[in-house]
Amino acid sequence: MDPETRQALFGYALRLGDTSLVLGHRLSEWCGHAPELEEDIALTNVALDLVGHARLLLAYAGEVEGEGRDEDRLAYRRDVLDYRNHLLAEQPNRDFGHTIVRQFLHDAWAVELYDRLAGSTDAGLAGIAAKAVKEVRYHVRHSGDWLIRLGDGTDVSHTRMRDALERLWPCTGEMFERDSAEDRLVAAGIAPDPAELRAAWNARVAAVLAEATLERPADGWMQKGGRRGEHSEHLGYLLAEMQFLPRAYPDAVW
Amino acid sequence: MYTQGLDGKAERGVQSSPGASPRLVSAEDLHFQERIDAEEKIEPRDWMPDGYRRTLVRQISQHAHSEIVGMLPEGNWITRAPSLRRKVALLAKVQDEGGHGLYLYSAAETLGVSRDELVGQLLSGKAKYSSIFNYPTPSWADIGAIGWLVDGAAIMNQVPLCRCSYGPYARAMVRVCREESFHQRQGYELMLALATGTAEQKRMAQAALDRWWWPSLMMFGPSDDQSAHSAQNMAWKIKRFSNDELRQRFVDATVPQAEFLGLTIPDPELRFDDQTGHYAFGAIDWTEFNEILKGNGPCNRERIEARRKAWDDGAWVREAAAAHAAKRSRRALKKAG
Repeated sequence: MDPETRQALFGYALRLGDTSLVLGHRLSEWCGHAPELEEDIALTNVALDLVGHARLLLAYAGEVEGEGRDEDRLAYRRDVLDYRNHLLAEQPNRDFGHTIVRQFLHDAWAVELYDRLAGSTDAGLAGIAAKAVKEVRYHVRHSGDWLIRLGDGTDVSHTRMRDALERLWPCTGEMFERDSAEDRLVAAGIAPDPAELRAAWNARVAAVLAEATLERPADGWMQKGGRRGEHSEHLGYLLAEMQFLPRAYPDAVW
Repeated sequence: MYTQGLDGKAERGVQSSPGASPRLVSAEDLHFQERIDAEEKIEPRDWMPDGYRRTLVRQISQHAHSEIVGMLPEGNWITRAPSLRRKVALLAKVQDEGGHGLYLYSAAETLGVSRDELVGQLLSGKAKYSSIFNYPTPSWADIGAIGWLVDGAAIMNQVPLCRCSYGPYARAMVRVCREESFHQRQGYELMLALATGTAEQKRMAQAALDRWWWPSLMMFGPSDDQSAHSAQNMAWKIKRFSNDELRQRFVDATVPQAEFLGLTIPDPELRFDDQTGHYAFGAIDWTEFNEILKGNGPCNRERIEARRKAWDDGAWVREAAAAHAAKRSRRALKKAG
């Protein structure tokens, strides 16, 4: 692999790994606080899958980079500027409705992504995606069902879901951005074409929103920057919490 | 995890403590006891004495509540676990606990109570859960200590329950025990990493052992001479061993594990007794135990507040789910009709 493609692949795996890690972290904050015991278990289960994907992706990114950084080095010793997750993933949980909307918008993207990525010409990514796609199919069913239940539930739940959708929608544009590194990966058959992902995502989201009796917000101004290390104010706190121990005891092995 | 033997307090209306006035013994009672003595399992549709039913509802629901409240002290560290491997192990463990809660509520429901009713009792403070979860987890080492000691004590208590006379409870315990022993090994392995790590890590591990040792011994419940229901529960084979027997077994198994870690048990009176072949240990502070059961532990209020907040904040979600389900079945009926 030429050095530019290798660099692009490192960045790509890092973005996917960071997005899974940060979103998994957010879901894990629900542990013990969900509206039902069944949801406590479900949200923890999804969090566990996502952190599992993050481990595979970060370990692979470290391998591709070839500078000896393992999953923990990448997860625990990078600051906000070097994190590459989608802004959507770092949004706070707020309430169960926001959590479900955030999750569904992500899952609907992830299922299309991993489905295609499983056929990547890069064996490392293809292997990870083949495992991940089984889990994200379950996730999108879970979050989609809840979106429908809450959208088409009571007046209160409908209003809450509409508000959450309005609030989180501007974070969705970033999932379909494409830069020159991605051009290179798409050309090599390593990564799927973001335009194709967007079309499939649109169709899936439209179907679920219709069933949930919710209107799709207008595609206005989109928030951007996560993929380049330009984050919201939320990520710093998240990392301070996540990274505290390895930062405080840099010589320790856990 | 497990609720301790909370059978220390005599319950009004159940004439079962030794020396209490004898009940009228019916033919049904006799037949029931014969079945118990023959090691037959009692199943939900079988006749059972009211006292047996009440004792089981109380014990199984306390056990379920303990699993649910027990998610909080460990859940406290999920976002701060120091490696991704530790993080996924902890997530999986806490998820298992939620699952144990579900099995146990289902087992309790076979006795004719509803889960909502039982959860209501937990939130109102009427029902108890294991006192151990009213202690805080200020450091990462507490997660190891909980796995090693608290789950270790739970296993001691629960393995005999796999042979409990009530079928649904015994079967739930088989599944729970399998997962618990895995958690315990993970907890011990976590402690081992700390105990063989840097001086700071070792200090953390020792401090956690110092704080969790006595509370873990208390998980076995009051000493036998204070345990009012023990005799009846043993006769009914709800309990298989006394609180003190199980506690002794736990100490005997755990002291060598602490030695292997190079950590010190916080008990100056602890010594191996050649005569008995057991470790002799110091006196438990039952005043502290009783205060915690009364609600005065370091985290009693936080734990119940967290559960109540989750319940209250989630009300709109549960209402919406119910409303949606009703709409759905109306639509299905309309379509069919």
